[in-house]
Amino acid sequence: MIKIEKRNDVPMALYFFTPFIAIILTILGGGIIFYILGFNPIEALKFYFITPISNLYGLSELLLKATPLCLIAIGLSFCFKSNNWNIGAEGQLTFGAIVGGGVALLFYNQEGFYILPLVILAGAIGGMIFALIPAILKTYFNTNEILVSLMLVYVSKLLLDYLVVGPWSNPEGFNFPETRQFSDSSRMPLLFEGLRIHAGIFLALAAVMLSWFILYKTYLGFQIKVSGLSLKTAKYAGFKGKTMILVVFMISGACAGLAGVGEITGPIGQLHRMISPDYGFTAIIVAFLGRLNPFGIIFASLVVALTYLGAETAQIFLQIPKYTGQVFQGMILFFLLASDYLLFFKVKILNLKKNELRH
Amino acid sequence: MSLDISFIGILIGSIMASSVPLILAASGELITERSGVLNLGVEGMMIIGAISGFALMVITDNLFIAIVGSMFSGVIISLIFGFLTQSLLTNHVATGLALTIFGIGLSAMLGKNFVGIPGKEFPILFSSLRESIPFFGPILFGHSIVLYFAFALPFLTNYFLKKTKLGLVVRAVGDSPVSASNQGINVTLVRYCCILYGGAMCGLAGAYLSLIYTPQWIENMTAGRGWIALALVVFATWSPIKVLIGALIFGGITILQLHMQAIGFRIPVQFLSALPYLMTIIVLVVISRDSRKIKLNTPTSLGRIFYKEK
Repeated sequence: MIKIEKRNDVPMALYFFTPFIAIILTILGGGIIFYILGFNPIEALKFYFITPISNLYGLSELLLKATPLCLIAIGLSFCFKSNNWNIGAEGQLTFGAIVGGGVALLFYNQEGFYILPLVILAGAIGGMIFALIPAILKTYFNTNEILVSLMLVYVSKLLLDYLVVGPWSNPEGFNFPETRQFSDSSRMPLLFEGLRIHAGIFLALAAVMLSWFILYKTYLGFQIKVSGLSLKTAKYAGFKGKTMILVVFMISGACAGLAGVGEITGPIGQLHRMISPDYGFTAIIVAFLGRLNPFGIIFASLVVALTYLGAETAQIFLQIPKYTGQVFQGMILFFLLASDYLLFFKVKILNLKKNELRH
Repeated sequence: MSLDISFIGILIGSIMASSVPLILAASGELITERSGVLNLGVEGMMIIGAISGFALMVITDNLFIAIVGSMFSGVIISLIFGFLTQSLLTNHVATGLALTIFGIGLSAMLGKNFVGIPGKEFPILFSSLRESIPFFGPILFGHSIVLYFAFALPFLTNYFLKKTKLGLVVRAVGDSPVSASNQGINVTLVRYCCILYGGAMCGLAGAYLSLIYTPQWIENMTAGRGWIALALVVFATWSPIKVLIGALIFGGITILQLHMQAIGFRIPVQFLSALPYLMTIIVLVVISRDSRKIKLNTPTSLGRIFYKEK
């Protein structure tokens, strides 16, 4: 007989173990989908998860894609931990890239060591300002932050589109929807000759360290965690709820802005329409898969980055659309949420004899 | 541009057509939310409805099967959401997001072989009356049956919620699941049904886009309409009739924006396209400012997990 019981407290080991269950189930689920689509599942999964990272170039691409995911997810973890549903990181990324890119374009024909820091700073501030919109509307007008932050994603993408087609388009660019190339001083230094991995990865690692410090070693971090667990307790303790909402959104927006600026000053080198393959949305999955824990997020960003790479490889070798990446990403979150059931409930297989003894 | 009376009639007719997917999806989501469940997967369910409707039309060459099939696929995909949130008690917001991401990916995967195939003409009703009556003709006649259904739906939904016993049950489950449960109502079952109904309506909304509105399959063709439908439910403070009004306003902005582009209005296209999204934000601010008013109408248990010790 199977009996389901509510657990009194969540076992920590299981809490960090279930993401692995989710990943294994996702791989199995992917295999089934490939089989239904008429592919050899083992071979397709090999193209998806092993081929892309079986050489140095692939590993560099993995880190390249994990960098923005990690940065954004770190920022989101502040929001999610305090029960603020910022799901517009994609918009904050885009707006950060617009502001940072604007500064880079100001210096398009100049060189100087001060340019890149300025561009990065501008990107972070841009993302921060854009994240403040849903935060201010939430704190002062009681507006739902999910919908506002999401609507702003579309607004920011249309703004970018307007800029690269209109006022910022490259005057020598034959009307392509793109800006001038940034000068070398606005570009992230490459770490290795011939690979695309760039110094932006240090920004992500710094964000990991800083967020760990803030969340676990400061009063602000304590406030964030308490508010996430119980708003009533937070109020009772006298925490300034409104200020905290503004702060977590600013942190989150700044991280997304940094991710945006990292993309345009890193692999892209200019502004155009497609600066992000929905990193801002996918980072939500990264944040959950990483259990909103800074080090968990590093691991999760690598796993999710692999679904992007795998989708690209599978598109080349199996001619399936690269959107399959999103199918895997959705499945990861489904399975993760489902396996959380094990955290809150104990599934017991009862021994009938013992049961009889009790009666 | 001549602003003659018949042109305005055609304009209103096209506004109505563009508001149909919003009415369908928002009315479905409204029932789901009234039962206390927040499903953010509207966009994902719509896009799945759009591709399955279009694919079934191409495969079977039968529009009835395509329409019913799109609703059925909406039910199937929302069943994932229902199982996770109701049986495995997962967080509504995260599960809904996963559903949207999964739905967009899956639809592109399924739709790979359907890109570029021309759609089929969907039959319209009373087409002769449309031409013969000025002004009212293009407004009232010459539409697809789905449009007439969509315009009746808010009234049916209103009747269902206010006048039927089942509607009362749905509202009771949304407002106070614990007392509903104590009255012997199976809260989980009611919520499952409301989620599946929402899925069916979102599937139909998607099929309207791929079969009737722009009869073809384009990747990501719902283009954020699912999210606007979600905002509409809040805009309408969970009242079905206000959903209809809101959807017409949003449909109006969309059509106006197209016409302004066509006559070479001096505002960049992108700003006009951003209008529906900005408008949503402004409306949310205006209606949310008064927190009492929002609280009065919001299903009390919206988005909260209900668990009954067995």
